Amino acid sequence: MAEKFDAIVVGAGPAGNAAAYTMAKAGLSVLQLERGETPGTKNVQGAILYADALERIIPDFRDDAPLERHVIEQRMWVLDEKSFIGTNYRSDAFNSDQPNRYTILRAPFDKWFSGKVKEAGALVICETTVTELIQEGKKVIGVRTDREGGDIYADVVILADGVNSLLAKKAGFHGELEAKNVALAVKEIHFLPEEVVQSRFNIKGNEGVVIEIAGAVTHGMVGTAFLYTNKESITLGIGCLLSDFKKAGIAPYTLLEELKAHPAIAPLIEGGEMKEYAAHLIPEGGYKAVPTLYGEGWMIAGDSAGLVNAVHREGSNLAMTSGRLAAETVIALKERKLACTALHLARYKTALDDSFVMKDLRKYKELPDILHGNPHFFSVYPQLLNRAAHTMLMVDGQDKHSKEKTIRGSFVQQRSLWGLVGDAYRMWRATR
Amino acid sequence: MIKIEEKLFQNRYRVDEGRPHIQISNPQVCADDCKTQSCTFVCPAGCYVVDEKHEVTLTTDGCLECGTCRVICSEHHNVDWSYPRGGHGILFKFG
Repeated sequence: MAEKFDAIVVGAGPAGNAAAYTMAKAGLSVLQLERGETPGTKNVQGAILYADALERIIPDFRDDAPLERHVIEQRMWVLDEKSFIGTNYRSDAFNSDQPNRYTILRAPFDKWFSGKVKEAGALVICETTVTELIQEGKKVIGVRTDREGGDIYADVVILADGVNSLLAKKAGFHGELEAKNVALAVKEIHFLPEEVVQSRFNIKGNEGVVIEIAGAVTHGMVGTAFLYTNKESITLGIGCLLSDFKKAGIAPYTLLEELKAHPAIAPLIEGGEMKEYAAHLIPEGGYKAVPTLYGEGWMIAGDSAGLVNAVHREGSNLAMTSGRLAAETVIALKERKLACTALHLARYKTALDDSFVMKDLRKYKELPDILHGNPHFFSVYPQLLNRAAHTMLMVDGQDKHSKEKTIRGSFVQQRSLWGLVGDAYRMWRATR
Repeated sequence: MIKIEEKLFQNRYRVDEGRPHIQISNPQVCADDCKTQSCTFVCPAGCYVVDEKHEVTLTTDGCLECGTCRVICSEHHNVDWSYPRGGHGILFKFG
């Protein structure tokens, strides 16, 4: 079998679909390989779709993409055992013709995206696992699949095979993920009638609410939880660093059960029918953990390249953008009749560096280290904040001045004055 | 006690009978050398179980293909991990 394509894309998630679509649309011969039964059956995300990244690929995606709800309200909750303190931002401005964020279900969404890839002219083959890259010396010249006679060749291979990134590992392009650089998230989807979702979250039509959660539910581990409203369901999940799970000796589903039972969460999902349980690794090492992004005849995009902004819970938009930029690199080289050598594919890295993808990762490059070294951000502070609120709101005969003193005292006692100043400084340094 | 089986029961799988995609390279290492045996509690699908003889057994039928077991086995590298054959394994309905 000596069929040769301009490009092979491994994986049909956001990065792979963005890459395959962009190249096929430009007239290149593209083969995309996906191990799932259909695109989406292996893919897991919260999931929030950030419109901008997709708009730059498929401007009219809103016409037929399976979107659940557009987000008009974001809640941030910091939980203690029985309470939460938080902020809300809700705006009718998010009810525009072109909403900025949507909740989605990845299985139907990815299937839709893949349909667009096929329409654009790419050959998409599912139920096919790529087992290794075929190399000629250092140069990647194709892929080997688990199908009989499954060697296929191309001028360039774009690796969008997800967080585990087995192919690049096998080829020696980068090493194994470190447990401290990856979060394990588990989640469930609970189905409820549409009207129930609407009334519980004070929304109408396709308006949606998302809640990002930190605090007691992670047992002091570095991690967060989330709850997203879909049309007729609620997705909720929790994720913490794998190194912390290992240290704490806690099973991830135990955290999920505790989250579901928390008095702030339980009423929101009450009566729901759980229809799926999923787990997924999220690369959260940030800028310092990003591997080499290209080489002779290959580029790597999305989760497999560790392109996740953990601070802002963004990943699929970085995936789509990196997939598109990888594709545009190939298109530019083809136009100039240049080979896909490492020297020429370096443009991909330059394009990523100039985009929000690397700029945002660079901005927070120190944060993962700071969080590892300062677990009290996820244990002590949530408790202090909740207790402070409790103290102030309890009308019990104590004067407010004394209450303030009690609260100040509790902070200083837990962290010391220098500790508090140091924490503030470290957070400022890590996020400025 | 949480019954992980009840969660996994909601999922759709096409199990590749007789061809587990993950294997413990050397079971002796788990039993004798591994002190933490963290796979037995961190695996979100509860695929790893330790018995009274301190031996770890793996059943991949409920595997969610996350990669956790491979990444946390960083001291012994005792997990031989690959994806199932195309079309097999977990098939997410909603993802």
